[in-house]
Amino acid sequence: MKHPLLIFNDKGIYCQQADVYIDAWRPVDKCIVTHGHADHSRWGHKQYITHIKNVSIIKHRLGDIVVTGKEWNESFTINGVKFSLHPAGHIVASSQVRVEYKGEVWVFTGDFKTENDGIAEAYEPVKCNTFITECTFGLPAFSWTPQAHVFNDINNWWSTNKENNETSILFGYSLGKAQRLLKHLDPSIGKIYTHGAVENMTTVLRENYKFPETTLITRDTTKEEIKGNIVIAPPSAHGTTWIRKMVPYVTASASGWMTFRGARRRRAIDRGFVLSDHADWDGLLTAIKATGCEKVIATHGYTEIFSRYLREELGMDARTEKTQYEEEGSEIANKEEVNS
Amino acid sequence: MKTFAQLIKKLDSTNKTNLKVHALTNYFLNASEEDKLWTIAILSHRRPKRPVNTTLLRLWATEISGIPLWLFEESYHIVGDLAETIALIIPNTEKSEESTKSLSDYVNEIITLRTLTDSKKKAYLQENWLKLNYFERFVFNKIITGGFRIGVSQKLMTRALSKATQIDEDILAYKLMGNWTPKNTSFQKLILEHNKEDYLSKPYPFYLAYAVENNFQNDLSNISNWAFEHKWDGIRSQVIIRNDEVFVWSRGEELVTDKYPEFQRFLNVIPNGTVLDGEILPFANGEIGNFNDLQTRIGRKNISKALLKKTPVILTVYDILEWNGNDIRQKPFSERRAILDHLVSNCNCDEIGLYLSNSMEFDSWEAAEKERELSREKRSEGLMIKRKDSPYLVGRKKGDWWKWKIDPFTIDAVLTYAMRGHGRRANLYTDYTFGLWDNGELVTFAKAYSGLTDAEFQQVDAWIKKNTLERFGPVRSVTPHHVFEIAFEGIAESKRHKSGIATRFPRIIRWRKDKPIEEANTLSDLKALIPS
Repeated sequence: MKHPLLIFNDKGIYCQQADVYIDAWRPVDKCIVTHGHADHSRWGHKQYITHIKNVSIIKHRLGDIVVTGKEWNESFTINGVKFSLHPAGHIVASSQVRVEYKGEVWVFTGDFKTENDGIAEAYEPVKCNTFITECTFGLPAFSWTPQAHVFNDINNWWSTNKENNETSILFGYSLGKAQRLLKHLDPSIGKIYTHGAVENMTTVLRENYKFPETTLITRDTTKEEIKGNIVIAPPSAHGTTWIRKMVPYVTASASGWMTFRGARRRRAIDRGFVLSDHADWDGLLTAIKATGCEKVIATHGYTEIFSRYLREELGMDARTEKTQYEEEGSEIANKEEVNS
Repeated sequence: MKTFAQLIKKLDSTNKTNLKVHALTNYFLNASEEDKLWTIAILSHRRPKRPVNTTLLRLWATEISGIPLWLFEESYHIVGDLAETIALIIPNTEKSEESTKSLSDYVNEIITLRTLTDSKKKAYLQENWLKLNYFERFVFNKIITGGFRIGVSQKLMTRALSKATQIDEDILAYKLMGNWTPKNTSFQKLILEHNKEDYLSKPYPFYLAYAVENNFQNDLSNISNWAFEHKWDGIRSQVIIRNDEVFVWSRGEELVTDKYPEFQRFLNVIPNGTVLDGEILPFANGEIGNFNDLQTRIGRKNISKALLKKTPVILTVYDILEWNGNDIRQKPFSERRAILDHLVSNCNCDEIGLYLSNSMEFDSWEAAEKERELSREKRSEGLMIKRKDSPYLVGRKKGDWWKWKIDPFTIDAVLTYAMRGHGRRANLYTDYTFGLWDNGELVTFAKAYSGLTDAEFQQVDAWIKKNTLERFGPVRSVTPHHVFEIAFEGIAESKRHKSGIATRFPRIIRWRKDKPIEEANTLSDLKALIPS
């Protein structure tokens, strides 16, 4: 039997022919990294390869590392295996990895979404034989509303809170979600304040991307000046003493998990906006179709359910592989703690 | 439906009581009379009967969403709410904002729906699912399936209604009691019309005790200042006898007169102008039963003769709040007890199911402790300690009344199965099954859902997802690895349980990370706890 081009071992997704890992979760020699979230770009590899705009992001997170930046579609060959990076649309500078050897093509999505969010380079379908896909939201219960509607709701929410003399606190991960929110908030309503973790990451990103002005909340920031404005903070800031300065405030979270009433109530958050950086059910199915692939491997999310659907209802060759990326329905707040 | 759905959305999107009251008050000021009445009915659990069974609901919902039934089931286990799952999987279309029908239009249609054929029911539901937007669909499904739990208690609703109508809350609470439905009354008649008798049933706010603290014996100092009673495990209640009528209120400030017809016998024996505070206890064959027996009475709206015979109840009384029509709550406890003792000893109280909870005095804490140790035998939960010179206060106040409960039974058990929770725990594995060793195997003995912190639940949840052995629908078996200390209040032999034992109110009290599974308890350890 022919050796598969990519295998899943205890360190990560491995290409034996090239001796290269993708998004390894344990330290390896050479690792291609899809994006800057902590579960995909881990500490300790000897050499990193990633998209050129992701270089400053992972350097910010991981410190002094050896890293090579690549452009979209720029192919590089290692021991006869041809690699290239393609936009995944998940967060800024997030890639899918295309791997080709002797005419056979595999694609690993990393995390991805199909909607163009206006900052992250838009998802681009890549033809392949085997498609390794995330399926964080691989259930038909997940169906996203176009982001224009969601941002309209968010801005209205902010305006109403302002009328009531309350501060709006909006939770989103410091890398990705925070900037997506920032990009689409309406600065004519008021000032946009940030938590330190969000401000630091945004400063790094300003090098390559344009965002509205933000003001970091410091020790000297007064209660009065924040009042009625909006604060972007990582989910881990919820329930900490830091938040007391914002009283009286109203909280909201922007996440795909906000689809479930239970998820919002569990976090004791006032308002949930369904806004995800992952593909929804239809997004996943459309993406798979567009690749023209024969085989699908589901890596993280509702993998068992999703691959069963592909097999039984669509007659595809689909299976699951265990990885250490975000597990099914796990509380993403944990990820943020690693981040900040 | 739009305004009602917006109301529910507002109520659902805040944890702040004031905002909920505000939203409801506004609604009550603006909605039509009929919609208001139905809103009150729905929020006080008077929804129409379920017109369609849930199997058919699932089937018809999957038909228009184009997903297989197994996928619906998987989704339902994760979403944790049927109405929500159906609302989520129905596609949004251009028609989704079409419906202009009011809440009462919908409820009336749902009532009629029961009488239609299955194919007509299906046509109706599928048409309306597509004409409503996501949240309206959710609310519509909730009305159909019932269980409208959105963090709005009847009390909160009553407060809002009081603000909107300027009628006193307690009087409204009374007006809302009983067997009315929007079909046999109107908002005007039920809420607005003034009725002198509304005041007749008014209870006093309950006085609630705190649990004793460590070394409380020193703090309470002179034991001769304190009176002791057993703490009964029943339903805390006030029984009111006024103007030749009996009213029974539970601690949840719910009028439950109809559920306990036994107390009608108090008429003509207990004089008018009397309010008693005590505990409703199950009392079959002349002895106090356990709380499980009482459960059958609590849930039932209609009390059958057979049930009355099988599980009769008594009132075990320990305080008197009104006597000869006078509020005597400010009198010292000892004086109130003297009046109560006199009242009970001068009537044939056993015949009407009225018993006195004995008031005891002790010379020493050791003697009190000895009495407390008899609690299990006497079917009590421990002792109550009441300051003899204390007035009857309002609500939970520290200082004069204390509860000194017996320690629960505890046992160390191994986590064997887990199921996802519902509501705010949806999609988290929080409902656990525990096993005890028996001949080298783990035998299931209890399920527990509470006792861990949110952070601990998340840790266990993450561990379960990584250590699943097998899946049985919503249930997963896990590698035996974690030991938890389980506490429970009662224990009895049972034929319905695999282990042969039933425990009352099992809950987790500690995650024994220090214990390997080999050191968990055995089934025979558990059996040894059954009182002989």
